[in-house]
Amino acid sequence: MKAFGVTFRHGVHPPDSKELTEAVQVRRMPFPDRIALPLRQHAGKPARCLVRKGDRVERGDKIAEADGFVSVPIHASAAGTVAAIDWWPHPDGSLAETVVIDVEPFSPQIPRPRSVPHWEGLSPDEVRAAVQEAGVVGLGGAAFPTHVKLSPPPDLPIEWLLVNGAECEPYLTTDHRTMVEHPERVHFGIRIMMQCLGVERAVIGVEKNKPDAIAELERSLPEDLDVTVMPLTVKYPQGAEKMLIEVVTGREVPSGKLPMHVGAVVQNVGSIATIAEVFETGLPLIERIVTVTGPGLRKPANLIVPVGTMLVDVLEFCGGVTDDAAEIVFGGPMMGTSQPDMRTPIIKGTTGVVVLTAAHVKPKRTYPCIKCGHCLDACPVFLNPSELGILAQAGRYEEMERLHLLDCMLCGCCSYVCPSNIPLSQMFALSKKALRKRAAA
Amino acid sequence: MIAPAEVLGSVAILGGVATVFGAAISVVNARFKVWEDPRVDAVRDLLPGADCGACGRAGCRAFAEAVIGGLATPAECTVMGPEDRSDVAEYLGVAAGSAHQQVARLLCAGGRDVAPYKAVYHGIESCAAAAAVSGGGKACPWGCLGFADCAVSCDFDAIEMSPFGLPVVDVDLCTACGDCVDACPLDLFVLMPVDHHLVVQCKNLLSGDAAEAVCSVACNACGRCASDAVEGLIEMIDGLAVVDYDRIESENPNALERCPTGAIVWIEGQQFPELLAGVGSEVS
Repeated sequence: MKAFGVTFRHGVHPPDSKELTEAVQVRRMPFPDRIALPLRQHAGKPARCLVRKGDRVERGDKIAEADGFVSVPIHASAAGTVAAIDWWPHPDGSLAETVVIDVEPFSPQIPRPRSVPHWEGLSPDEVRAAVQEAGVVGLGGAAFPTHVKLSPPPDLPIEWLLVNGAECEPYLTTDHRTMVEHPERVHFGIRIMMQCLGVERAVIGVEKNKPDAIAELERSLPEDLDVTVMPLTVKYPQGAEKMLIEVVTGREVPSGKLPMHVGAVVQNVGSIATIAEVFETGLPLIERIVTVTGPGLRKPANLIVPVGTMLVDVLEFCGGVTDDAAEIVFGGPMMGTSQPDMRTPIIKGTTGVVVLTAAHVKPKRTYPCIKCGHCLDACPVFLNPSELGILAQAGRYEEMERLHLLDCMLCGCCSYVCPSNIPLSQMFALSKKALRKRAAA
Repeated sequence: MIAPAEVLGSVAILGGVATVFGAAISVVNARFKVWEDPRVDAVRDLLPGADCGACGRAGCRAFAEAVIGGLATPAECTVMGPEDRSDVAEYLGVAAGSAHQQVARLLCAGGRDVAPYKAVYHGIESCAAAAAVSGGGKACPWGCLGFADCAVSCDFDAIEMSPFGLPVVDVDLCTACGDCVDACPLDLFVLMPVDHHLVVQCKNLLSGDAAEAVCSVACNACGRCASDAVEGLIEMIDGLAVVDYDRIESENPNALERCPTGAIVWIEGQQFPELLAGVGSEVS
């Protein structure tokens, strides 16, 4: 197996289309006139608002506090005045409660003095508390609060820290640029996390289409820690948590279990670098790197944007969209969500903005299933999407659950390979939703 | 060539077996007979037989047993008309019970003509699917998506889609079974007595111009209906006028007079009567 590279079984090979931005240096975007900070930017309970309309906030001020353990606070990403706390378009397509801040023009945007303690000498609990207080979430897309991943129950020993630098979604290059430009920051973040988790071994998994990132990481490897860089075969979804664990550790995460049950904690490269940055600069998570790209964009770029910057401002900074632009997706084209509103803000979990053209998103006619089995060969968790699709159309959700529908991570491989253009992944998303609704009822 | 004796032998053996088992069955039938109330079958035949479950029981037979046992009144079957109800009551010699005829009302009037779209949705053609993908592109995230999940779920063909993509419930066919209430991913259907006239046909929580920007018949939370109606009948909650149906006896059409968008309406029987007329004449 080694001869063909290190990878999991099944999966698909979409064109990675990363050439648009993979060599583009990360730049800082100027502050927009207005930012919108939804109170729900992370998995778990939304944050509780602390400000009122008319309040003046400095850059880095806490504007909403964590509501419970699986929740993180939200901080103002620019100095200004709270213009409204109202319904606002949210990247998930709904309207959500959002704090809208009018950014102060000509402000030097100097943050208040350090709010995060220095990391030396902190106990693991203090590190976790500081990470939560800084509002750090997984930056790979799901926005799961990082401090929760750092708090495994004591009866589950953690052996591995896996750093996810696979970035298997087409178009996206944020993790790639982070690894190339700030390898020492990645290693510093790994050091903090290893100490916090008490693990001896860390592995950085990077797909082979990023040779410069692999070289930079290997060049700057810390000598006192057991950190290795593992080049991975280019295949989607290599960056899925369970796929990465299987490849690196050889262990399969059982159905319905979490990575910590096989002794692993997986963190995205971006999240790791953010933790390092939080402790370096003392600033909470108020900005992130976003890849703004796609064939429908005039000037693709990797940008550091303040969290809450609206889509329209980002696109304007990147030269606007071309005439044939047809669809804007937050995240990658495989798992991202289409955006119907230009006022939608970039939030903590937004990895990229991909502008696709009409040629890419042309609706295709759906034909009946011809039982070719391509979807079975593509499914990385070894489900039978063909059979599940037939059951989904009949609304037989309980039977789907028996066929392990809940292991489906909605990676979209089945939809991608289906020659009949059956929207399998969408069906499964709906079926999972229907099952959750029934369970709640 | 088969000898006649062989044929006769077979007939005799099979006939004998049949006689023995037949006798056993008739003995068992007589000795272990379970008495069943003949009224159950009779009442079940009088019921609509749709087995729709709107009464909250497993089906029409279960409901018949409940009525005979005095656990339910015939009026609890919402599907039956008044004549059938009195037939059942008369047959059993019980009171028919009082029934407010209920009907499903749609809490949205935002068809394609008044509620704009901000994006085009391609994908599975169902409301549940569209609702999960950025609200199906409709500017109002609370509004009817128009893919007819409700009409598909209706066992009584009481729901037709209007030319502007709004489901129109035929008040004469609706049995208030509640299937559409369950089918709508946006919870836009409610069951209410047909003689309640005052309905706010909107669930949009935005207020002011923001509400009107996404739908010209949205409730913009101006609060005029609340001050025009009898004190306490209508309350403004979270950017929406909410009618307190416990005080519905004090309703009158004054509440509508100053509504700037027409979000609150007075319904006499049929909701969207003008759309019902348009259902058949859909332009192809």
